[in-house]
Amino acid sequence: MSSLLNERQQTHSFGLSGVLSRVHLDALLLLGLVVLLAVGLMVLYSAGGQDSGLIIRQLIRMGTAFVVLLLLAQIHPDRMRDGAYWLYGLGLILLVAVLVFGHEGKGAQRWLDLGFFRFQPSELMKLAVPLLVASFLAERPLPPTAWRLIIGLMIIVLPSLLIAKQPDLGTSLLIASSGLIVLFLSGIRWRIILGFITLCASALPVLWYVMHAYQRQRVLTFLNPESDPLGSGYHIIQSKIAIGSGGLFGRGWLEGTQSHLEFLPERSTDFIFAVLAEEFGLVGVGLLLFWYLLVAGRGLFIASQAQTSFARLLAGSISATFLVYVFVNVGMVTGLLPVVGVPLPLVSYGGTSMVTLLAGFGILMSIHTHRRMMSP
Amino acid sequence: MALRLTLTDHFRESRLVNDRLIFAALFAVILFTIVMVRLVVLQVMEYEHFDSLSAKNRVDIEALPPQRGLIFDRNGVVLAENIPTFSLEMIPEQVTDIDSTLHNIAELLAITEEDMDDIKQHIKKQRRFNRVVIRQRLTEKEVAILSVNRHRFAGVDVVGRLIRYYPHGSLFSHAVGYVGRINERDQKKIDALNYKGTLQIGKTGVEKRYEDILHGTVGHQKVETNVQGRVVRELESVASQAGDDLFLHLDINLQRVAATALGDYNGAIVALDPRTGGLLAMVSKPDFDPNEFVTGISRKNYAVLRDSLERPLFDRALRGHYPPGSTLKPFVALAGLELGVVDEHSKTFDPGWYSLSGQDHRYRCWKKHGHGHVDLKTSIAQSCDVYFYDLAHALGIDRMHNFLDLFGFGQRTGIDLPSESKGLSPSRQWKRDNRNQAWYPGETLISGIGQGFNQTTPIQLAQATATLAMRGVNKPPQAVRARRHVGQDDMQLQSVLTADSLPMVDSKNWEIVIDSMIEVVHGQRGTARHIGKNLPFKVAGKTGTAQVFGIKQDEKYDADTLAKKLHDHALFIAFAPAEKPEFVVAIVVENGGSGSKTAAPIARKMIEQYFGIAADE
Repeated sequence: MSSLLNERQQTHSFGLSGVLSRVHLDALLLLGLVVLLAVGLMVLYSAGGQDSGLIIRQLIRMGTAFVVLLLLAQIHPDRMRDGAYWLYGLGLILLVAVLVFGHEGKGAQRWLDLGFFRFQPSELMKLAVPLLVASFLAERPLPPTAWRLIIGLMIIVLPSLLIAKQPDLGTSLLIASSGLIVLFLSGIRWRIILGFITLCASALPVLWYVMHAYQRQRVLTFLNPESDPLGSGYHIIQSKIAIGSGGLFGRGWLEGTQSHLEFLPERSTDFIFAVLAEEFGLVGVGLLLFWYLLVAGRGLFIASQAQTSFARLLAGSISATFLVYVFVNVGMVTGLLPVVGVPLPLVSYGGTSMVTLLAGFGILMSIHTHRRMMSP
Repeated sequence: MALRLTLTDHFRESRLVNDRLIFAALFAVILFTIVMVRLVVLQVMEYEHFDSLSAKNRVDIEALPPQRGLIFDRNGVVLAENIPTFSLEMIPEQVTDIDSTLHNIAELLAITEEDMDDIKQHIKKQRRFNRVVIRQRLTEKEVAILSVNRHRFAGVDVVGRLIRYYPHGSLFSHAVGYVGRINERDQKKIDALNYKGTLQIGKTGVEKRYEDILHGTVGHQKVETNVQGRVVRELESVASQAGDDLFLHLDINLQRVAATALGDYNGAIVALDPRTGGLLAMVSKPDFDPNEFVTGISRKNYAVLRDSLERPLFDRALRGHYPPGSTLKPFVALAGLELGVVDEHSKTFDPGWYSLSGQDHRYRCWKKHGHGHVDLKTSIAQSCDVYFYDLAHALGIDRMHNFLDLFGFGQRTGIDLPSESKGLSPSRQWKRDNRNQAWYPGETLISGIGQGFNQTTPIQLAQATATLAMRGVNKPPQAVRARRHVGQDDMQLQSVLTADSLPMVDSKNWEIVIDSMIEVVHGQRGTARHIGKNLPFKVAGKTGTAQVFGIKQDEKYDADTLAKKLHDHALFIAFAPAEKPEFVVAIVVENGGSGSKTAAPIARKMIEQYFGIAADE
C-alpha cells in the first residue's frame, strides 16, 4: 500500500509533462487538442440530437486517432523523411485505385473498400504531400532552385488533380495548399509567389471550364445564395440564420432550435460550427477560434524550434494547414467562402479526417520530443 | 559551384523558414480576424434579422377546432351531439406508394371506386404533411381489422375524432338539419381563420341558421415544427372556445307523435306555442337520416335522395307551397266582419253552386245540393263554399288581399330557420306583374275559398292561425328558445319578438270567427266534430281540402278512380284551448283526401300528447 503511494508520488515529482515527453508527447499541444475534442463532443451531442450512440462512435474514433498519434510520435522525424517517397507512392496508387474500383458516396468516388474497413486514400495524401515536398526540398539548401520548385509543384499537383477528379474539390484544394505552404515556408522569393498568384487568377476561367456542374452551381449559389433558397443555397441560408440568431451569448447548450428542428443540414458534420454559433453565440465561437489559434500557434512554435529544415517545413505546414482547415470550414459556414465540404477539424463528426489530423499532431510531437536526442 | 550547393547554412536556412513561419502566423491572425468580423456582422449587427428568420423557421400555428355546441329539445333531450369516433387518416408524405396503399385498404374496408377517386382528389389538394381522411366513423370491427393490418400501412392511422351525431335519426332531419363537409361555396362565406381545423359546417335547419353560435371560437397552439413541418413541441396555446348549446322549443314527444300520426303520408306539420311563437313541432315527410351527411354522404346514397320523386330533402314545412283551401275561410270571414261587408247574422242562400251575374259558369259547393240558408258561423263550421264565393265577391280581391296580408300570407314568417319560402297571396298587381294579365272576377271567388293562385307554406298557415288564436297578437315563430354558454349553468333566453297587434275595429269579431271555429270541432255538424269529444277544453279548428287536380264542371271527384298523386291535399288548422290558446297546429297531408278524415285526427293526437290527455278511444 505504502509502496504504491510512493510510486505515485515519484511520478508526480517527475511532473506530468516530463512523463509525457518520455512517451514523446507535448503536454501543451495535448492539452489544446483534448480541449478541442471535448468541446467537439459537447457540440456534437447537441447537434446529433443527444444521441449517445453517436458520441460513443465518435469517442471510438478519437481513441483510434490517439493511438495513431501516439505511434507516430514515437517515430523519429528522420525515419519519416525516409518513408516519404514510399508513402507518397502508395497514396498515388490508391488514388488511381479509387478512381477505378472506388465506392461512390454522395455523388463522389472517394472510398476504397478494403473489406474490413473503408478508407479514403485522399486522407493519406493530406500527410504524404507535405511530407514529400518538405523532404524533397530539404535535400538541398533553401530557398529551392527553380527546377526543384517545379518538381515540388508537380508533387503537389499530381495527387490534387486525381482527388479533384473523384470529385472532391475541397480536399484537393486543402492538399494543394498544404504542399504550397511548404513551398512558401521554404523561402521562395516573393516575386515568384506574386507571379504564381497572378497565374492562378488568370487560370480561373480555365478552372471554371473544367469544373463539374455541381461545383459551378456551388460557386454560383455562393455568390448569390438567395437565388436558390430551397436548392443549393439552402445550406448557406439556413446556416447564416442559425449563426445569426445565436447572437452574442447564444441560446445555450442543447437549446439551439435551427439544428434541433432539422432546418440546418449536415449539422453534425460540415455545418457543426453553425450549431456551436447558435448555442454559444459570438462569445463561444470567439473562444473556440482563439483556441484553434493557440493550438496552431503551439504548432508553429514547435516548427520554429525544430532542428532540421525538413522538420521545420513539415511542422510549419501541418500547423498552418490546420488553420486553413478551420478557416475554410468557418468561412464556408458563415458564407465567406463557397460550400466545398470541409469538416471543422476535431469537432465535426467523422472518422478519417480525425485520424489524419491527430496523425499530423503526432508528427509535430515527434519533431518536438526527438530534439534533445539529436543535440545533447 | 557544386560545393556551394551541397553546403547548407543551417543558421541562414532556419532564419529564412522562421521568418516565413512568423509571416504565416500573422497571416493566420489576419484571416481569423476577418472571420471574427464576419461573425460580429452576423451575430451582433444582423442579429435581429436572423433571429426573426429563425423564429419564422420553426414556429407554426396550429388550429385547435372548437367543440360544436349541442342542441337540445325543450325537455333537455339531446337532438344533436358530438360523439367520439374513429376515422382512418393518412399523411401522404409518410406513404411511399399511395395508390397501392389505398388499394390494399380498399380491400379491407370495401371502399368503392368513386370514393377512392374522391380520396385521391383530396390528397392532391392537400399539403403533403396534412392529414387526409380516408374513412370516417369506422366500426369496431373495421378498427380491429385495421389494427391487425397496421404494419402494412405506414403513414396511415386510426385517429379518434368528435363528429356530429343525431341520435334520433330522421325525426329532426328538417328542423335541426345537419352538418356536412365544408365545400367551396361554404369556404367563401366563412371566416377562414375561425374554421381552420373544422371539418364540418351547418348545412340546413338550426345547424345552418345558428352556425356562428354553435361553432365556437377556434383556439390555436403555437408549435415548434421541424423542417418537414411536423410538430416537435408546443410553445403556447390558446384553448378553443366551444360553441354555445342551443335549447329549442321543439318537444321531442310531440314531434314523435306528429311524425307517427302522419304515417306514410307525405306532408308537413307545424305546431307553435302562440304565446311565444315557439316552434313545438315541425315535421316534413318524407325525411332522411341526417347522420349520412355528416361525414360526407356517398354519391350513390345522395343520388337516391336527390332524385327521388318524393323529394325527401325538400323541407315541406318551410318551403312547401300548398293551396290553403278552406283553412283560409276563417281569415276571409274576419275580413268580411272587419270591413263591414257581413255581420254575424248575415245569411246567404247556398243551392250547391254560385255564379256571377251574366256568366253561366257555376262555382260549386263541395256539398252537391248546397247548405241552404247559411250564416257565417254555419258556413265555417260546415265549410260552405257558396257563402265565401259571395263574401269574396263582395270584398273584392284588393281588400281581401290587403287584409290577408296582415296575417302574413304571401310573406315569410321570419322564423329563425333558413330557406323559408314566401308562398303566394294573389292580387291584381301580382297578376299583372307576373302573368301580364288582368284579374278576372271569377278568380276572386276561388281565392275566397283558398284555391286558385293561393299558395301557403305550412309554417305560414300555422303562424296565421297563431295570430288568430291570440286575437291579433303576432309573435314570429322561433325554433330556438335559449342558449347556454359552455361552462355556465344558466341559460340565456332568446328574446321573443312581438309584432304590433293587428288593428281591429271591433274585438268582438275575433270571437265570432273563433266561435265558428269551435263549432267546426264541437258543433253537431262541424267538419271535425269527431275529434272534439272528451276534451277538458274547447278546440278551435278548420278543415281544408285542397284540389291538386282540376275537376271538370260536371265531373265528380272520386278518390277510388284517381291515382294517389292526384288525390286532394288534406289540411287542418287548430288551436287549443280556444279561450286561452297555448297550442297551435297546421297540418298538410299530401294527397290525404279529406281534411276532416286525414288531417284533423293528427291534430287530436298532438293535442292529447301536448296537454297530457289520455287517448280517446
